[in-house]
Formats: sequence, structure tokens, C-alpha cells
Amino acid sequence: MTAESASVLDNLDQLFTDYLAVLIATVMGFVLIITALVASRLLAPYSEEREKGTTYECGMLPIRRAATNVGMRFYLYAILFIIFDVEAVFIFPWALSYVGIGPMAYYEMLVFVAILAAGLAYAWKKGALKWQ
Amino acid sequence: MMRSAWLDPVREPTRRLSPQVLAPLAVLLVAFLALNVAIAVLIVSGRLDGHWYDFRDLGNAVQALREWLDDRTADQPGWLSDLLGDHWLSYIVTALIGAIGILSFVGVVLLVLIWVERRLIGRIQVRRGPNRVGPFGLLQPFADAIKLIQKETLIPRGADRFMFYLPPVLVFIPGLLVWAPVPWAPHMSYLDINVGVLYLIAISSLSTLAIFMAGWSSNNHYALLGAMRTVAMMISYEIPLSIALLSVVLFTGSMQLSEIVQWQADHNMWLGVLMPLALFTFFFSSTAELNRTPNDIAEAESEIVAGFHTEYSGMKFGLFYAVELGNAVAVAAFVGTFFLGGWSLFGLEEWVPPYLVFALKIAAGYFVLVWLRGTLPRFRLDQLMMFAWKYLIPISLLQVILVAFERSIFEHWDVPGVIPLALFTIVNAVFAVRIVRFWARFLGYRPERETLLAPTLTRSVGGLQAAQRMRTVR
Repeated sequence: MTAESASVLDNLDQLFTDYLAVLIATVMGFVLIITALVASRLLAPYSEEREKGTTYECGMLPIRRAATNVGMRFYLYAILFIIFDVEAVFIFPWALSYVGIGPMAYYEMLVFVAILAAGLAYAWKKGALKWQ
Repeated sequence: MMRSAWLDPVREPTRRLSPQVLAPLAVLLVAFLALNVAIAVLIVSGRLDGHWYDFRDLGNAVQALREWLDDRTADQPGWLSDLLGDHWLSYIVTALIGAIGILSFVGVVLLVLIWVERRLIGRIQVRRGPNRVGPFGLLQPFADAIKLIQKETLIPRGADRFMFYLPPVLVFIPGLLVWAPVPWAPHMSYLDINVGVLYLIAISSLSTLAIFMAGWSSNNHYALLGAMRTVAMMISYEIPLSIALLSVVLFTGSMQLSEIVQWQADHNMWLGVLMPLALFTFFFSSTAELNRTPNDIAEAESEIVAGFHTEYSGMKFGLFYAVELGNAVAVAAFVGTFFLGGWSLFGLEEWVPPYLVFALKIAAGYFVLVWLRGTLPRFRLDQLMMFAWKYLIPISLLQVILVAFERSIFEHWDVPGVIPLALFTIVNAVFAVRIVRFWARFLGYRPERETLLAPTLTRSVGGLQAAQRMRTVR
């Protein structure tokens, strides 16, 4: 085993010891859910009948497939969401090391938040937040 | 004034208990009291301190088990210890125990709290709620589960079958995984990682995907509309939620949930008292993430039938329903952890097991959620989106700036911690009230300009008394 691969394995080891528990819990959850679904499949009745398969069984027949065009505003909100989510990702490490950095950190984050707030204000002014 | 019998939701049909039932109950009660006294004596005499059977923190027993297993496997290397390290057996065994603990806790909570929620909402709406199956209707959730398992699961003909199968599974797994980093006692949490807050945000946003898959694959207009609304609302409210958590992380200086609770225990200060605006933002955004009233436009049944799970039936619908309730309990747990001091209660956690204190806080938070559900009407979608983007995000950003300023004062001011904390509590409360009022007026809320109009319809028939007369004549 070479030196690099050993260090990779060390990192993997750290990863495993942190998150193997998550994997184990996920597998247990899958087992629980699949048990419930299989029990339902075994216990529930099933009969082949054409009318049952219609969309929204007791209502009117739908026109066209449901997967049609999507409103433009969802797209705008998605873009705004990505901007602010990335912002959150940047601010969290800042919040952790805030005390150690000193007063400069405060002013720099003020500038960062101000730029983002300017972006939000621009979107607001342009009417991207309007929902009609 | 006498209340009529049907208006009184409190009174159950009275059943007289026979002596054959009462006598064992009395014995059980006496035994329970004696057990409590014995435990109290043990705790006060300090005989539990430092032993593995100190049940005030179940982490001690797990630690003892881990050490025992390590002793057994230390001198037997294998390929697994090459892959996972020397402690692989103790790690996997304790992880399995913890996972079983989470699963059984969530299962029991679901079965009990469905009953609690229905009874409470029944009480709020002046009716009885389920009271037929078992004593006080306690077995109702079991009956519901059996019914749901026995029901046929329909798949509509135009649906994407694979995508239709996945969402109930994908929505349930995050509902379990969010319980992993919750600290129940100082050493009692399943996954005490140092990025716990980020883990929570990441895991809880996974269900957005599952909801969109459910709506898209159903091939149903109602389902797709419901999924669209839900996704738009959930991603919008994720931002104020993370900013509210940001204030918490900023002030405690840690993203590890156990350290956040430890900070509150050390300073005898609840973060919800210190920053009420963050608490409000977190709670309101969480109700949006949960799709619960007042933010339950995802399943506005008067508009879009049942939203994204319109086409689901049987056990798959049951999974959606269960995870909705389980997430509500999880939100109560996170409000308790971040803002209400977690397992600490001003020293009481030395005497009472901390997980019981924490369970009490979860119950209180859950009660508030049920209360909101029984009381508030539903907001419109545009109101909700405006509230997130134009109201919550700006004011919570302003609050983060204020909290950062306070944090540096707290760090550098050379006085006992009580003084700045008390000062910040007052400052933050005043700030919260002022900013809520100011921003509402900034957005055009002018209560003094609205004149009260007399109801014209009643006036046109000669006032309320005339209307009543007409009704009685008829």
C-alpha cells in the first residue's frame, strides 16, 4: 500500500466513522418502509378493472397530460432561492469563525449582505417577486 | 348558566370501575411511587454518578457497551478493521442500537400522537374526537393503520410507475434521519457531528424532491399544481429558516447541536428568550416546511383536492400522512433544542433524566403546533410568498447583523455574562417589536386609515334586531 492511498484511506476512515451511522439508519428505515409496503401488497385486495386507472377516479376526465408548461414565476423564485441559499452556505462558516477573525469580519459581512440585499431590492423593483 | 350536554366535549360516557380492576391498579400505583422514592434516594446519595447504569444519561450505558466490545475485538484484526478502523464492531453495534431506538421512538410517537392530535382538535372544535375504539379511543391509530394496510393501492394509468413508487419512501427516510443529531442528554445523541445544523438543513430539504416527484408522476393536474405550490413555498421558507439558525450558530459559536444546548445550559439562558424574532421566524418557516396550518396551501382541499398526494391511496398515503406528523414532532424537537434549552432546565436535569425534560419540551412545542392547526385559517399562496420574501428575509437579515454586533460585545466586554445577556434580551425584544411594526408599515400596512363600515346588508332590512324578528316570525 503506497503512501497516498493510505492517506486516502484515512480520510475514508474519518468519513465512515462520521457517517456510517447515517447509512445504517437509512438502511433500517428502508427495511421498515419496505416491510409496510410488502405487507400492504400481501394483505390488500387487488382487482383488474379498467375504470379504476383513470386519473382522479371520481372526477371529470382530464384534458391533456398533466405535465404541461410551468409558470414563469416559479423559475424566477428558483433563481432567487439559489442565490440566497449560496449566501447561507457562505455565511455559516463566517458565523463559526466570527470571534476569531476580529472586527474586520463584521464589516466584510456587512458588505456581503448589502450586495445581496441590493440584489433582492432589484428583483423586488423589477417585479420578480410579484405573484399574480 | 347550564351548558347543554352535547356542547360539553370534556365529559366522556362514564364507566364505573369494578373492584377487580381497581385493586391491581392501586397496587401498581403504590409500586410506582415506591420505585420513584427508591430512585430519588439513589440519586441524592450519589451512588449513580459515574456508573454505566446511571440512567439519567443512556449514553453512559452505550459507552460501557462500546468499551466492552472494544476489549473483546482489540486483538483480532480482520479485513473489516482494515476498512473501518479498529473499533468497527463496537461502532456498528451501537449504531444499530441507536437506529432501532430512533425507529421505535418514531413509531411509538406516531401511534400515540395521531390520537393526541385528533383528540385535541376535537376539543378545540367542541366535539369529542375518536372515543370508540378502546378506552378513550386510544386504539384508534392501530385501527387506522390496519385499515390503511388492507386498502388497495391504486396506480393511475397515465402515471410514471417507477417515479410513483419512490416518493413515499424518499419522504419517509429524511423524516427518520432528522432525528439523528438531536441531543437527548449530554452524551446521548445518535450522531453528534460538528456540522449538525447544516446536516439538518440538508436532510430536511430532501423531501422537497420527493414531493415534486409525487406531483409530477401522478399525471394529475391537481397533484402537479399542489406540488408546484409546495416546492415554491418550501424553498422560499428554507431561507428565513437557515437565517434564523444562523443567529443561533453565530451566538453559540458552534454548529454541533449538543454544544448549542450545552451553551444554553451553561449560561442559564434560552436562545428563544434571547432572540424572540429568530424563534418566531424559525417556527413560522417550519410550519411552512411542514405544510401545516396556517401554511397548508399544499393540500388546500377546497382548491386542489389533496395536493401532491391526490392519487395516492392505501399504505402509500399512510406513509405520507405519518411522515407529516413525524416531521411536526421533529420540528417541536428542534425548537426545543435550538431555542428552549434542549435537555436543560435550570439545574433540574441533575435530578430528573434530561431526556424526560426534553420530551416535555417536545410535547409543549407539539401542543402549540396542534393549537395553531385547530385555530388559524389558511393563507393564500401569494400572501405566503410575499411574507417570506418581502418580510421574513429582510428582517431576519437585519437581526443577524444585530446579533453579530452583540456577539462581539459579548466576547470583548469584561463583565460577568449575566449583564450583557440581560441587556441583549431587552434590546432584542425591543428590536423585534419595532422592526415587525416598522417593516409592516413600510410594506403599506396602515390600520388607522381603514374606516369601519357598518354591514350594509343588515342595515337595509332595519338592523340586526329586525333581522332576528324576521327569522323568528318565519
